[in-house]
Amino acid sequence: MITIGLLHTTIRGDEKLILEAAKKRNIKIKLIDARNEILNRKTYRLDFDIVLNRCVSTIKGDHATHFFESLGVVVINNSKVSAICEDKFVTSLTLQKAKVPTPEFAMVFNADQAHQAIRQMGGFPVVLKPPLGSWGRLLAKINDLDALEAIIEHKDTLGSPQQKSFYIQKYIKKPGRDIRAFVIDGKVICAIYRNSPHWITNTARGGVASNCPVDKKISEISRKASIAVGGGILSLDFFETDFGLQINEINHTTEFKNSEKPTGVSISGGIVDYCLKVAKNL
Amino acid sequence: MKKSTCPVCDAVVTLPEGIEESEIISCGDCHTRLVVASLKREGITLKEAPKVEEDWGE
Repeated sequence: MITIGLLHTTIRGDEKLILEAAKKRNIKIKLIDARNEILNRKTYRLDFDIVLNRCVSTIKGDHATHFFESLGVVVINNSKVSAICEDKFVTSLTLQKAKVPTPEFAMVFNADQAHQAIRQMGGFPVVLKPPLGSWGRLLAKINDLDALEAIIEHKDTLGSPQQKSFYIQKYIKKPGRDIRAFVIDGKVICAIYRNSPHWITNTARGGVASNCPVDKKISEISRKASIAVGGGILSLDFFETDFGLQINEINHTTEFKNSEKPTGVSISGGIVDYCLKVAKNL
Repeated sequence: MKKSTCPVCDAVVTLPEGIEESEIISCGDCHTRLVVASLKREGITLKEAPKVEEDWGE
């Protein structure tokens, strides 16, 4: 019998849905709280066949993923996929290199370069994002030079070293929504619209989910993007632009609890089934 | 119904069915976010939930 090691920090509604889906399938889950583990190769006793990384903390999840991989355990998503998806700049570079449509972007480290990069992009407005970060936190829509200088000075003075790398993305005017597609092994299992009158549409920031029919275009771009970043269990955030769909970001430990109801799709079930499929082929 | 005590205000906290260790709940009295620190037969321990950190997210 296959046991899935569920690597976690806090248990969110999403993890509870995964536990429920596993129970329905008679699959054993071993809960692994990353915060309580001693990651020592000499003493660690493995009692699971595969690991599903569901850590809310990126850094703890990364270290634990590397550790389990060093012991020959397959982790979903693997460390290569995580390294690409957790950093917005690396994600954008990977997508651009693979010719997957994505908004224009640049990385800079000071205000002068930021201004120059914005001119090269065609001017304001732009969005400044921390390369690492989630839930729409610390995103800034910058409409003019005054705002740009103020934000960069604040980040330079108050921010942690991570906040001193400035990822700039061309601002895309959205039709009051964006699209999140849930992709497993390159296949879109369902998608939602995240509706919000605010330019930040994250459901963590009040965006409301509704079902988005999956068309050929979403499927094609998703498959291409999934291959580019290394596959696994992903959610892809799309902008609908005048030039077609563009991928904004990719999540590698995606939250989905607000998406099962509007889509009618058991995303948690899809996650468990994929883990089983991979484990059976080991 | 499982019960425990809020470490902040001492109110009795009733835990939902199927509660798991590391799950976040709220105290109905003081509204503090709490985490289930341990879920043992002899008792359930609640602690104040950790604050959101810079690397938290999806």
